[in-house]
Amino acid sequence: MLINLALAYPELLLAVSALVLLVAGAFNPKATRVIGLFAVLALVGAAAISAFGPHGVAFSGSLKADAAAGYAGVAIYLASAAAIPLGGNWFARKGASAFEFPVLILLAALGMGMMVSAGDLIALYIGIELQSLALYVLAAMYRDDLRASEAGLKYFVLGALSSGMLLYGSSLIYGFAGSTRFEDISAAVHQGAHTGVLFGLIFLMCGLAFKVSAAPFHMWTPDVYEGAPTPVVGFFAGAPKLAAMVLFARVLYECFPGAIAQWRQILIILALASIAVGAFAGLNQNNLKRLWAYSSIANVGYAILGLAAGNAEGVHAMLVFMVLYIVDVTGFFACLTALSRQGKAMETIEDMAGLFKEQPGIALAMTAFSLSALGLPPFSGFFAKYFVFKAAISLGDPILTGAAIAGLVGSVVAAFYYLRLLRSMWFEAPISATDKPPVDAKAIAVGAALFTLPVVLLALHLIDTQASLAAAAFGLK
Amino acid sequence: MALQAIAFYLLAAVTIVSAFCVVSARNPVHSVLFLILSFFSAAGLFVLLGAEFLAMLLVVVYVGAVAVLFLFVVMMLDVDFASLRQGFARYMPLGAVVAGILAFEMIAVSATVASNGAAAANADPQSNIGQLSNTETIGQVLYTHYAYFFQASGLVLLVAMIGAITLTLRHKPGVRRQVIADQVARSPKTGMRITDLKPGQGISE
Repeated sequence: MLINLALAYPELLLAVSALVLLVAGAFNPKATRVIGLFAVLALVGAAAISAFGPHGVAFSGSLKADAAAGYAGVAIYLASAAAIPLGGNWFARKGASAFEFPVLILLAALGMGMMVSAGDLIALYIGIELQSLALYVLAAMYRDDLRASEAGLKYFVLGALSSGMLLYGSSLIYGFAGSTRFEDISAAVHQGAHTGVLFGLIFLMCGLAFKVSAAPFHMWTPDVYEGAPTPVVGFFAGAPKLAAMVLFARVLYECFPGAIAQWRQILIILALASIAVGAFAGLNQNNLKRLWAYSSIANVGYAILGLAAGNAEGVHAMLVFMVLYIVDVTGFFACLTALSRQGKAMETIEDMAGLFKEQPGIALAMTAFSLSALGLPPFSGFFAKYFVFKAAISLGDPILTGAAIAGLVGSVVAAFYYLRLLRSMWFEAPISATDKPPVDAKAIAVGAALFTLPVVLLALHLIDTQASLAAAAFGLK
Repeated sequence: MALQAIAFYLLAAVTIVSAFCVVSARNPVHSVLFLILSFFSAAGLFVLLGAEFLAMLLVVVYVGAVAVLFLFVVMMLDVDFASLRQGFARYMPLGAVVAGILAFEMIAVSATVASNGAAAANADPQSNIGQLSNTETIGQVLYTHYAYFFQASGLVLLVAMIGAITLTLRHKPGVRRQVIADQVARSPKTGMRITDLKPGQGISE
């Protein structure tokens, strides 16, 4: 049997460097910075290999290195690389520096890489588990904070529940379709799906909806985001969501193209519920981490709306949307990481009062991220939402068009809470002096902010073409 | 065949009853023991199905490792063992019953297998090409077709291990650890002192 290892080079690179760095760390626990540096290099290397590496299918169809895996891989590995200096230095400032942090980020990135290239239900499950287990540990890693431990535990228990649903669904699909490989399942459900398979598909979709925190499976998100360390939240609000969305697309488009009429209804309900919950529940949030948790629920709703279109345009819209959203969310949490007053983290809207007079750079960056997440024209978020709505409306399906209109209304409602933050930053008097922001967090925030406005206009063409190549890899027209 | 049916119903009944006892027993140690009993019975059911590899795994992994780990955890819980120990004689019959059922199950299963021929004869014909037992069949694909999953599962376990250590290990100052080199280097000179005692006086340390 031929095993084409060259297709798995990004994953292999990450796995080997995680193991080597783990051993190096066990012998030199103080060398956190060096280990972090090598982890960043490994991630950048993996991103380069995914971008330029060969395409094909390896391990009898369990690993698919195609344009979609490459596109998502680059975004995921780069977002993970940004999380290492951001989080590593945050832990160092708190005196809780740990060499396991970069290693766990590497392993989480490896899990996400497996997710986006999965071609088999077993690869899907193992990838999700690898990524989630690393994230549970990262959420609880700052042990001096009770809320972080609580967040880790909540994330773990609810994550285990969702894994159970995924497994139950997978075993039903295996039982009724006779295979765990996506191709075989797709052949088995070619002429309409059997009730048993559909039952399994619904469970599988519920499990995946848990992982992307789409309503009504979103309950864990605000609590976990509020409790976990800010830079860690910035990491797991971005890359894992993209990985899970790509996996969602793979399952639906590669396994169940025959059952599109059934899963489209579920997706539309998930999308509408997420947009509504994200918009309305965010209204009375005062804590910015909770606020962005609801904002991420709403944004996942838009991405799912793109997926519900069921054609290449929809997948393309989802891919563009998620990548632009990762930049926003990483940048916003980098800002939150950078800000503190007298050593106390600034986490509520009131804390942000007068920020523009204190830290004009960061205030501008946060303004850019908020307006982008809201979807205001010149910012990247506008293009993201534009693609999604275009894909949803282009089909001419009355239900999808209705859903798109509801999505627009949701955006308008959500505008209220972003504008509340802006008012606090720009027009209120400062409470007290803020501390000097750490260089790394500020650099990442400014970089992401620059991407949100001017750079995106240049990069959009590249992202657009790559995303359409990636969408074409799902075999859609 | 009648023997097989008897063995099946017996094992199935024991599995269900002991599983019920796991959740209803007041004493957590008893719960774990019932859990072991239900694992054993489930392993017996697997043997009846011709899946001897699964049965073996269930006994080795679940009874051997997981259940023992549970026992350790349960023993670390704040359970008043002094009061539990008082009733040892009272619980003795229960322990004897559990042991007796286990022994009977093993005999029943082996008798069935003996009367039916090899376990593999019962198995799914597809997994049985060329007279291989299903342990051999799994061995043939685990490191070839499923090498990717096998290695990736190894990484999942590694993450679990890193997580357990990161979240629980604290390097406190002043923790006394065993230093084997120091122990080996200890000689009568460093470890012993000969003091001349006057009669009627003690040593003041």
